[in-house]
Amino acid sequence: MTAPADVKAWLAEQQHKELLRFITCGSVDDGKSTLIGRLLFETQAIFDDQLAALEADSRRHGTQGENIDFALLVDGLSAEREQGITIDVAYRYFSSERRKFIVADTPGHEQYTRNMVTGASTADLAVLLVDARKGVLTQTRRHSYLAKLVGIRRFVLAVNKMDLVDYDQAAFEAIAADYRAFAEKIGIDQWVAIPVSGLNGDNVVGPSDATPWYQGPSVLDHLDTVALDAAADAAKPLRMAVQWVNRPNQDFRGFAGQIASGTVAPGNEVRILPSGRLTRIERVVTSGGDLELAVAGQSVTLTFANEVDCSRGDVIAVAGDPPEVADQFEAAIVWMADEPLIPGRGYWLKLGTQTVTATVHHPKYEVNVNTLEHLAAPTLGLNAIGIAEIATDREITFEPYAVEGSSPNRVLGGFILIDKLSNATVACGMLHFALRRAHNIHRQHLDVSRETHAALKGQKPAVLWFTGLSGAGKSTIANLVEQKLAKLGRHTFLLDGDNVRHGLNRDLGFTEADRIENIRRVGEVARLMADAGLIVLTAFISPFRAEREMVRKMMAQGEFIEVFVDTPLAEAEKRDAKGLYAKARAGELKNFTGIDSPYEEPEQPEIRIDTTAMSPEAAADLIVEELLKRR
Amino acid sequence: MTPRLTHLDRLEAESIFILRETVAEAARPVMLYSMGKDSAVMLHLARKAFFPGPLPFPLLHVDTTWKFRDMYAERDRIAAEPGIDLIIYRNPEALDKGINPFDHGPLHTDMWKTEGLRQALDLHGFDAAFGGARRDEEKSRAKERVFSFRDKNHRWDPKRQRPELWSLYNARKNKGETMRVFPLSNWTELDVWQYILREGIRIVPLYFAAERPTVTRDGTVLMVDDERMRLEPGEEVVRRKVRFRTLGCYPLSGAVPSEAETVEDIVAEMLASSSSERQGRVIDRDTGSASMEKKKQEGYF
Repeated sequence: MTAPADVKAWLAEQQHKELLRFITCGSVDDGKSTLIGRLLFETQAIFDDQLAALEADSRRHGTQGENIDFALLVDGLSAEREQGITIDVAYRYFSSERRKFIVADTPGHEQYTRNMVTGASTADLAVLLVDARKGVLTQTRRHSYLAKLVGIRRFVLAVNKMDLVDYDQAAFEAIAADYRAFAEKIGIDQWVAIPVSGLNGDNVVGPSDATPWYQGPSVLDHLDTVALDAAADAAKPLRMAVQWVNRPNQDFRGFAGQIASGTVAPGNEVRILPSGRLTRIERVVTSGGDLELAVAGQSVTLTFANEVDCSRGDVIAVAGDPPEVADQFEAAIVWMADEPLIPGRGYWLKLGTQTVTATVHHPKYEVNVNTLEHLAAPTLGLNAIGIAEIATDREITFEPYAVEGSSPNRVLGGFILIDKLSNATVACGMLHFALRRAHNIHRQHLDVSRETHAALKGQKPAVLWFTGLSGAGKSTIANLVEQKLAKLGRHTFLLDGDNVRHGLNRDLGFTEADRIENIRRVGEVARLMADAGLIVLTAFISPFRAEREMVRKMMAQGEFIEVFVDTPLAEAEKRDAKGLYAKARAGELKNFTGIDSPYEEPEQPEIRIDTTAMSPEAAADLIVEELLKRR
Repeated sequence: MTPRLTHLDRLEAESIFILRETVAEAARPVMLYSMGKDSAVMLHLARKAFFPGPLPFPLLHVDTTWKFRDMYAERDRIAAEPGIDLIIYRNPEALDKGINPFDHGPLHTDMWKTEGLRQALDLHGFDAAFGGARRDEEKSRAKERVFSFRDKNHRWDPKRQRPELWSLYNARKNKGETMRVFPLSNWTELDVWQYILREGIRIVPLYFAAERPTVTRDGTVLMVDDERMRLEPGEEVVRRKVRFRTLGCYPLSGAVPSEAETVEDIVAEMLASSSSERQGRVIDRDTGSASMEKKKQEGYF
């Protein structure tokens, strides 16, 4: 490109460029990287020094003989360069005269569903690469399904390597017809098929002499003119997730966020969710001056006409058409971690700017992405896609992800799940709808409150949660503590692990999922008893930190007292009062904590008892003393 | 008639979202400030994000003592502006040993920058650090996350990076772990210049062409910015009209011959230019094309 004579005029034009984000997908050998490399090259997004490095790299690693291997331009990490495949999502940038483009380059390799879903989550359009010699493959269908799942509505079927089939029109049309049948089946209606050669550049940025029978747009022409989701977003009702409250001084209180959909102007009536409170927009503040009108996509700071409660996680919506609030949902979930989903375990769920604890039920079914069949599945493993019910520990403001005939509700319908221990992002999901039972079962308001129950008993309720290895001495110490409390006139109840398993939890085994459900039920029972004003003592191994934290969150602030009965494994095994360790060592007992199942020690228990340094009596005295100190 | 957002509007909105999200979720954020054009844009965006309030985090300059004098002047101007809390950190060991780009080669960058950054973050307990890196700068950066997770030793492990979907950034971490956050991830060099022009952002004069004292070494034009510049036998200081596309330590920053004296000139020159901006960086050439990735794993920004 040569310098335009009048840079100012040129720059003014550039100011009106729009932004299109798209994703490219294809199988390993479809020539995806070559096509992107070609787009970058033809739009001058590659500099001479990069080209020189590319030529050198092409000779060393390339697969194109003497020719430049454009694929090397987009393969970044050294690991993948050795394998010759892309293993993660890479983002590339180029622009035409009309638009700036952000390309998510995602791998076509079977096991990397999660990368494709990641790249597709922000894309308006998907370019599907098909090898003209091979036609529509299982992978093509899988990628179409995944892109559609994440809300992409517009597709380009780039029939690549046309040079290898002598630019044969019949071959191209057969492939297009084949795809048409599939697209209809899964509900893709906005797509075009384009015959291209990434290697030679046919129909990539301009028309090609090699395909005189093709009258449609080149790939770049189509990218330049296709409709954007931004227009659809702006036409929807106002939604803005509050990110941060800006309060520099007494006189200013602004709510900062990016407008997810719709428009906002001073004077607009808005509703704050989930509280449902109403107010009016006073100002739309930006550093460049107040705005008369702001639209979807803009980051703004809003102020209200009167003081209403509003903080991070709340959603500001148009008053007359607010989003729903619920705590139980059906959702599509894409599992992204090596460790499979554990139904019943608490994960962090982040949606918009809301972060809550969520549990996922056993999936209703898993989708086979190749055949689109529904399969029964007890859980979801890496790259599995399933439909499941989700419950959150408090109500969240949401919208169904997919919208018929419009752009998806990415901000209030898309979520991620985060493992509470490793903090890794383990899954993403798209909300379908709220479950009826959450809609209709409102909590019964009770006239005799938990405070009344407690006052009648003249005590402050608490849950003393004893945790530790089998044989650590939990039950022994808990029994002593209860005796001492009874003597002091306290109302108590002891929930013992073995006893509960004979009744309430008789249906549960010892798998990880069952152990979690065991603890969840005991937690619920302990909470009811604490609501009744009791001091509850529980003695369960409860080996997982995440579950103990789940129970802690069920209780009122300060009522959960974690008592870590700290006995080293060797010592517990030596005592082996019930002979269980011997059985476990002999392989007769599976999933035995400390032997073939982990015990995660509490990091900051309220009370820690070192049984190697303290008698059960002394331990019980210490616990009673700590408990009574707490009022 | 609803306003239509341009690509610069969208980039700006996304960067502001990222800045606010970090401040909302991190315990102790900090913005790395290097006086370059990307830093200038990032700082400008931060001021917009938190307007009318002040910046809710300090700036941190990890100094090497070898920056251009113009850069130090700009830093001191910024530090004097209201509402700015600027922390300067110099690795005491590097200072003590007199680490410099002439005698110590790659060790210079390693000790002053990589090690200095780690020390500064640990010293102040910063758990999230904003950096001005962009994905278009270099191949291995193309797959860098916006929220880049670092372990207790500040190391970047490509396998432990978290998938980033939609605009949902997972900023949760355990004690001792940190985040690097890149609000300019999706900007290109041209976007940065267009934005500087549109917003009238002040940048260090070194970006504009001027007569400067230079020497040519191994094909790279270096500026003789102060008396510490060591001349090799036969080298001669020549005044040339040059500018810099990226700024760092002056003995390591290559200049390009240029007539561009305004931002418009620079954009015009860029459009006609045929080399990428990292070409001027001597440090990238250490170990060939995988070098940036290696530096990142070690904790280089």
